[in-house]
Amino acid sequence: MLNAEHITVRFGNYTAVEDVSFRLNAGDWLMLAGPNGAGKSTLVNALGQAQSVPYTGRFLLEGKDLCTLRPAALAREIGVLSQRNRVEYAYTVEEIVGLGRYAHEKGFLSHRDGEGKEAVEQALELTGLTHLRRASTLTLSGGELQRVFLAQVFAQNPRILVLDEPVNHLDLKYQQHIFDLISAWRHRESRAVLSVVHDLSLARRYGTAVLLMHRGKCVSQGEMDAVLTPERLKEVYEMDVYAWMRELTEMWRRKGRIL
Amino acid sequence: MKRERFSAGEYLLFSLALLAVMLLCVCVGSVSLPVGGTLTAIWNSLFGLPVPEGVPKAIILSVRLPRVLCVALVGAALSLCGAVMQGLLRNPLADGSTLGVSAGASLGAVIALAFGVAIPGLPYAGTMGMAMAFAFGSLMMILALAYALDRSFSTHSIILIGVIFSMFASALMSLVISFSGDKIKSITFWTMGSLSGSTYGYALILLCALLLCGGVMLSHSRELNAFAVGEDNARHVGVNVKRVKLTLLIAVSVLIGVCVSIGGAISFVGLVTPHMARMLVGPNHKRLLPASLFAGAVFLLLSDLAARTALRPIELSIGVVTSLVGAVAFVIIFRSTRKGGGNAC
Repeated sequence: MLNAEHITVRFGNYTAVEDVSFRLNAGDWLMLAGPNGAGKSTLVNALGQAQSVPYTGRFLLEGKDLCTLRPAALAREIGVLSQRNRVEYAYTVEEIVGLGRYAHEKGFLSHRDGEGKEAVEQALELTGLTHLRRASTLTLSGGELQRVFLAQVFAQNPRILVLDEPVNHLDLKYQQHIFDLISAWRHRESRAVLSVVHDLSLARRYGTAVLLMHRGKCVSQGEMDAVLTPERLKEVYEMDVYAWMRELTEMWRRKGRIL
Repeated sequence: MKRERFSAGEYLLFSLALLAVMLLCVCVGSVSLPVGGTLTAIWNSLFGLPVPEGVPKAIILSVRLPRVLCVALVGAALSLCGAVMQGLLRNPLADGSTLGVSAGASLGAVIALAFGVAIPGLPYAGTMGMAMAFAFGSLMMILALAYALDRSFSTHSIILIGVIFSMFASALMSLVISFSGDKIKSITFWTMGSLSGSTYGYALILLCALLLCGGVMLSHSRELNAFAVGEDNARHVGVNVKRVKLTLLIAVSVLIGVCVSIGGAISFVGLVTPHMARMLVGPNHKRLLPASLFAGAVFLLLSDLAARTALRPIELSIGVVTSLVGAVAFVIIFRSTRKGGGNAC
């Protein structure tokens, strides 16, 4: 479905992403992993065609180059949920979610049609925000706000969902909830997800494939177990990731026995 | 439940309130006039009927009415510009005067007058064109400077640069005025504003500019909502960020340029009234922009009334009143943006 070919991003002399290629098929959930500063967010921003991220190479969506699409057409194909979202004015939850329908509404005085209303309703319900629909976004917690913007991107209904750390403000219950939601969403007809995740356990649990980055380059990509080997992780993260993960889970096991 | 747009009833309510205030402003002044006689005079001359004896027709029709019309139009236009800038830049302190756009426009107009820039055949076009061009130039320069200094476009750096730019433009303006002798109205006019010389011709120009630019702005309500939530978010939902931003900034510059070349730089109208409107109807621009139009017109009419009558027979500059009210409001708004939860920078 999506082919990224030789993507390179340079800011002056600094090369943030160097010659990364990957392929995303319908139903895939590709996880971008790697330490801080590996270029994951930059790659994601380039895919979202952010003007501040000049890239070379091509993103081909079923043969069409993404950089040739007009903004509204691009928004119907690719939905981006970014890391930081804050709201300055007292918009209601419903108004923010409704903005997701922008690319589907045409003309000057377009009223939201039945399909659009239903998409907003569904998005509110999926994210558990129906009871907060009239609440001002200024009164929400960080986690609730994150869900509002997730609902917005669901209402936008793109074919490819691009997520930069989607659950970094959320408590465990909503982490699981949101990941299950996205996982169900990608099984709909020709949908795919690409996300940046720091938590390798979450990446393993939900991803269908992983792309490991280090200093702007793709170290390895493919199936989880083939890519995330102890040696490779040690090299990339400069620590024994497997030992650390074991230590963490051991703690839970021991606690369980004592109690 | 709040509706997305205004209903006809709400428009009617706002229009009636505006007309009532306009009538008040025509009647009250150095000579107070009876409401009934004033209405008859306006009505009769509108339809070519003779005006009854004893009604001071000249005061009503050639002094008060054109002034009230101009004040209402300038107020509406400045307020609309403020609302648009506050949405576009996601900055509750944005306004022609805080961003230095009005000062830039004044400078343009003063230069045009001093050096006799004129377009043959069109009496005000040279001054207005220069005011518009300078308004747009200053806006672009301030935004570029703010972007160069700190890439986040933070609220306070934009305001800071706007204030510095205003001072710079005012200094240049004083310089030009002091070298040009008696050709130009006083510096007070260009820094404080006045609409005492209003004519129907000015009102017509203002109306055309407001219809044109206001139409552009109102038709971009959805995009403004997206910008007010965040520029990145606007891009993600599919707004053509560059094109919309440029269109709106040009519309704002043209409108401010016209207002400034007619009434001088009237401060704080565009800052204060959108906030009042937002309290009334919420932040959704589909409702906020029309509400700002009415609120701006009413606010400036009342300010002008105060300027004319407070220290009778001395007439104050209209900007004295708006700045007094506006400065207090500015502090209150500034304080609430610093305190308010996630929106402190």
